[in-house]
Amino acid sequence: MTDQTSGAAPGTPRPRSPHYVNREPWDPYVSERLTAEQEKYYMAGQWKLMWWRFRRHRPAVVSAAFLLLMYFSTLISEFIAPYDLHTRHSAYIFAPPQRVHVMHEGQFLGPFVYALKTTRDMETLQRVYTPDTTKPMQIRFFCKGDTYEFWNLFEWDFHFFCQPEGGQLFLLGTDRLGRDMFSRIVYAARISLTIGIFGIALSFALALVLGGLAGYYGGWVDSVVQRITEIIKSFPHLPLWLALSAALPVTWSPLLVYFGITIILALLDWPGLGRAVRSKLLSLREEDYAAAAQMMGAKPGRIIGRHLLPGFMSHLIASATLSIPSMILAETALSFLGLGLRPPITSWGVLLNEATDINVVAVNWWLMFPVVPVIGVILAYQFMGDGMRDAADPYG
Amino acid sequence: MLLFVIRRILLMIPTLFIISALVYFIIDLPPGDCVTSQVDELLARGDPDALRRADELRAIYNLNDPLWLRYLEWVGGIFRWDFGLSCQDTVPVSSLIGERLALTIVMESATIVFIWTVSFVIGVYAATHQYRVGDYVASFIGFIGLAVPNFLLALVLLYVGKVYFGLSIGGLMDPEYIDKPMSWGKAVSVMQHLIIPVIVIGMSGTAGMIRRLRANLLDELQKQYVTTGRAKGLPPMRLLIKYPLRHAINPFVADIGGLLPDVISGSVIVSVVLSLPTTGPMLLGALKTQDVNLAATFLLFVATLTVIGMLISDLALAALDPRIRFGATSEK
Repeated sequence: MTDQTSGAAPGTPRPRSPHYVNREPWDPYVSERLTAEQEKYYMAGQWKLMWWRFRRHRPAVVSAAFLLLMYFSTLISEFIAPYDLHTRHSAYIFAPPQRVHVMHEGQFLGPFVYALKTTRDMETLQRVYTPDTTKPMQIRFFCKGDTYEFWNLFEWDFHFFCQPEGGQLFLLGTDRLGRDMFSRIVYAARISLTIGIFGIALSFALALVLGGLAGYYGGWVDSVVQRITEIIKSFPHLPLWLALSAALPVTWSPLLVYFGITIILALLDWPGLGRAVRSKLLSLREEDYAAAAQMMGAKPGRIIGRHLLPGFMSHLIASATLSIPSMILAETALSFLGLGLRPPITSWGVLLNEATDINVVAVNWWLMFPVVPVIGVILAYQFMGDGMRDAADPYG
Repeated sequence: MLLFVIRRILLMIPTLFIISALVYFIIDLPPGDCVTSQVDELLARGDPDALRRADELRAIYNLNDPLWLRYLEWVGGIFRWDFGLSCQDTVPVSSLIGERLALTIVMESATIVFIWTVSFVIGVYAATHQYRVGDYVASFIGFIGLAVPNFLLALVLLYVGKVYFGLSIGGLMDPEYIDKPMSWGKAVSVMQHLIIPVIVIGMSGTAGMIRRLRANLLDELQKQYVTTGRAKGLPPMRLLIKYPLRHAINPFVADIGGLLPDVISGSVIVSVVLSLPTTGPMLLGALKTQDVNLAATFLLFVATLTVIGMLISDLALAALDPRIRFGATSEK
């Protein structure tokens, strides 16, 4: 040991050392100096690390942005959709999608559609719609259209874009009552997208409580919960969903049915998550810090919620995200089969319910359009979930 | 081993009882019964005898009995292959379901076989040719299979078939064979009609299986015994089949427990879309009209099928893996 480390005891003079002594304060990290970036990395919290890792997963980021946009659109559906959900155009039943043009006879007009001419096919007695290429009609933007009650707060009639003056605008065609498919799909997103979120929230809560009890207490609580999950998991979900939603009374209001369906979806979904919670808790409760908390007199609720759960919360969230698509799909399937939501509540499944008759669809193919957002959202959730799962373990 | 088998079979019985009771009560839950809608129809037509007719019908179906009594009667009848009366046209349920059950079993077994063969071939190929074109193509197909819900796929296929090829995909046999006894021609016709539904139902299962097999096999291929085998000059094919594949094949047996419910769920909805003469459409109709006996019979049948499938998979696993045989549970 040299002088500068042993330090001089106060009051005892020492002979000056003959050799060189560096007067600079000693830096213990001199051999392994961290760059600013490294320092940032080592000092970052768990969630920050996850965010960095998630950001590197390109498809996941794009999907997340897409989903955010979709969810944002549900907040302002009334503004985006040119028509109201229930506006009927009896003169335009089963009108095909109109193409949006920009150039009319070599002249730039901005986005416009041609007026629709309706004729009757005298053989099949079907209406035939042909665009009248002599009459371009410009689409209006930020305009007044159907009135609506915005967020149940005030009446408004302002839309992002509307039909041209004196014409109609059916971007994705109309259905059997002459309702605009595009507007309906935009409105339906509200139901289809939220049912997944509510359902997963409920199933998450069930999984945390039941899985937590089973994992923490073990013993007979564990075996009861285990048996229940086994039975639920081993039974095909769709028939059971069908039976349960057929059991919802017909007299219920559509809103009640919506919540009923959410509960049914959650009831059959929680076992997967519950099992994950249980097995994690089983191993984590043996850790020293859990024992320490117990000895200091913490109650089980606090130990589970405060000490054990945060250890694998990120994993749980990732796997919950991965099961949202199955919820959305289940609702779509149920409504498609006519046992899920009922009009006037409109989801993508309810819209697809109109497409069950293949002979109708063969002529009016645009009735299949709701398939596109369903697949898009499912794919986006899948990619985002994958990215989240990879990011959930930032130290790995 | 024998003890294990007996224990598993004994465990099946209470499970099935719980399920049967549960579904029976759930189906009966909503207010009204299957007679209600029929009577409403009669009333709407202005039939003066409607209410008397309703009482008659209720007496025929024992609907005035309490629920538990009806349940017990139904369960008791099962052992005599008597599932009570269907409410739709007052015929015994057993006469309605016979062929549908058989076709359902055929379709679901065919789907499982399809999933196994296709995912085996593609999975092994993708793992042994990692990061080549074939691997990417397989992954892509797998992803689509996972993401596109099967009833939408069925719908799209139906549309494409109808519009571009002019064929109607619905049904499971040519019209001339319907209600005819089994014959060679009928079997062939059923086979041809099975192709599309089997692909549609099996799509997502195949995709999942390919992913798992590929991942498992890739793990195994990196282990040292493979290097050793290569170093001592084993032919690649023989090396692959003899060692890593045997480990990687495990999910094929173990995952049937997860696969079977999926396949059954898928077959119900796909057969509704394609209007196949299997259990799906009839179950849906029965649930909508509250035909308790018919719907409960179908659901019980579905449950039995699943439970038996699970049993087979457990037994196969036990036969393959001594750790399970001797009491330890398998960790997935």
